[in-house]
Amino acid sequence: MEKLRKLRSIMREDIVLNLIIMVIVFLVLYVLVQSGLVKGYITSLFILILIMIVMSTSLNIATGFLGQLHLGHAAFMGIGAYTASLLAIALRDYIPSDLVLFIVVTLAAMLVAGIAGLLIGAPALRLRGDYLGIMTLGFGEIVKTIITNLKGITNGAQGLYGIPRVMTFPLAFWTTVIVVSLIFLFMSSRHGRAILSIREDEIAAESVGINLTKYKLLGFVLASMFAGVGGSMFGFTIGFIAPTSFNFLKSVEIFVIVVLGGMGSLSGAIISSIVLVSLPELLRDFANYRYLLYSTLLIIIMLFKSEGLMGTKELNPASYLKSFWHKFNKRGEIR
Amino acid sequence: MDIFPIIILKEVQINMELFLNQLINGLNTGSIYALVAIGYTMVYGIIRLINFAHGEIMMFGAYFAFLFAFTLPFKLPFLIVILLSMTVAAIMGIIIEKVAYKKLRHAPRISALITAIGMSLFLQNLALLIFGANPKVMKPLISTEPIVIFGYSVARLTVLTIILSVLFMVVLSLFVKHTKSGKAMRAVSMDKEAALLMGINVDSVISLTFALGSALGALGGIFYAMAYVQVFPTLGVMPGLKAFIAAVFGGIGNIGGAMLGGYIIGIIETMVKAYVSSKWVDAIVFGLLIVILLFKPSGILGKHEREKV
Repeated sequence: MEKLRKLRSIMREDIVLNLIIMVIVFLVLYVLVQSGLVKGYITSLFILILIMIVMSTSLNIATGFLGQLHLGHAAFMGIGAYTASLLAIALRDYIPSDLVLFIVVTLAAMLVAGIAGLLIGAPALRLRGDYLGIMTLGFGEIVKTIITNLKGITNGAQGLYGIPRVMTFPLAFWTTVIVVSLIFLFMSSRHGRAILSIREDEIAAESVGINLTKYKLLGFVLASMFAGVGGSMFGFTIGFIAPTSFNFLKSVEIFVIVVLGGMGSLSGAIISSIVLVSLPELLRDFANYRYLLYSTLLIIIMLFKSEGLMGTKELNPASYLKSFWHKFNKRGEIR
Repeated sequence: MDIFPIIILKEVQINMELFLNQLINGLNTGSIYALVAIGYTMVYGIIRLINFAHGEIMMFGAYFAFLFAFTLPFKLPFLIVILLSMTVAAIMGIIIEKVAYKKLRHAPRISALITAIGMSLFLQNLALLIFGANPKVMKPLISTEPIVIFGYSVARLTVLTIILSVLFMVVLSLFVKHTKSGKAMRAVSMDKEAALLMGINVDSVISLTFALGSALGALGGIFYAMAYVQVFPTLGVMPGLKAFIAAVFGGIGNIGGAMLGGYIIGIIETMVKAYVSSKWVDAIVFGLLIVILLFKPSGILGKHEREKV
């Protein structure tokens, strides 16, 4: 009991420390952005990376932690993006504050994407891995077809224009921090552990009384909801969305990032989002070979390091800081 | 008074002709899907892997035919072009298996699947790099004069597609049923370990499976490219997916099922396009896939497999 209490207090300490680190990181980046030291182009790259972090960490719930092959994540992003953008266009005259508009619209996007996740997940999750992959892929194609054909609402293949581009760096940053923290807290909760046990062994998990359907669905719906957040952020950043922004290739892109980072590691997903989004943007000439790079990476990782960069481990900046602090102190004692 | 029946009769006749035309189109598309679906189903039967790269082999098959037919200084006969392309595609299939899938035979299934997706993307972008994004025009390789059957004129290509596809499928079925290698194939798909104990060289059987599947896939790709008069790097994506649906529909792992599924999906797709809506056809076919997976994941001819601890 005493030990547990101690562990909890350490965890609480870590959370506070990590939050402080986040604030410092934010302040550094914010000063860089505000002072004009980095160009506006780099700022939007930052925001794109943050969106990808939301997408990859949310896919990690379904693929990394739950162990399901999910090839239609971009479709949920698309559902979120269209819901948020259409609502934002309709409501922007009634809600003067950009922040309130973003929050209201994003919550709606989460809701709609979550319902879509529930509708497709409830039947799909009964299927085994590869069939589930095909089904989510098929669902992605269906969503794309529906968006393309509902011309009256979505403006079809031409895409939706005139979405208020109110996304700022602080807004994107803190939305991402909130999403990742929520996913982390969920995964370290009792429910999260139930989901992890399903990945390790479905039959064993079922035999110790874990309700497979319930937890699979929970994981899938949560992943879809956060994909909706990513979609909402995307619309507000670019100001223009088209069905092709959320096609199969996009799903694969997110999937590659999760696999590269390590299926089951949030910090791995964050690191590989940063690397894989900024790399093609920074090497402009290289952009044409983007998917060649992605696919080669995917094959090489699977052949030689199938657990990805981080495996299931997490980076905990707070603990590094603390161990560094201890070493530093010890050195002082010796002197 | 008796003008009306004649008009109605004429209309029925016109409708009938339209329907027959659509049916032939459906058989044409179905043949292509069936050829490609066989590759999916054979590979799945042997190593339990959905070979996502199969659609890309189909696309490369079409490019090979394009190269053999239009870039050589001399003109090859159509059949030689087809056979050469199929051979190269077969070699390509074997190489892909050796490079990407062999090492993962005992890895978790999700790793092999991810590799297959990676392979598919890789081949697509390789084609993009080699041949460029612009479609290459596939000029007609055979005479465009229609053939008249029972008073109906049908495009020569359609007739050729259907006949050649059926021919190759029959040959494949005979091969699997009546030759020693075919027997070995069936044995491996039933139980790999037991087949190994019986002295079957599992590696060469797997290579053979990839070779046969890829060759038939390439044939499908050639017919597809000829029907659409062009070749492009993403040619294999949609027909590949639909052929996969066909394989699932027929019961994945079952060669006869893949053929049947291919024709059913081809006919359904053509009929939906003709009579319902051409815009929604993809959504309807994928919706069909979801319905099949939900109600009978083992397909029409497939056997239900129980999960073992």
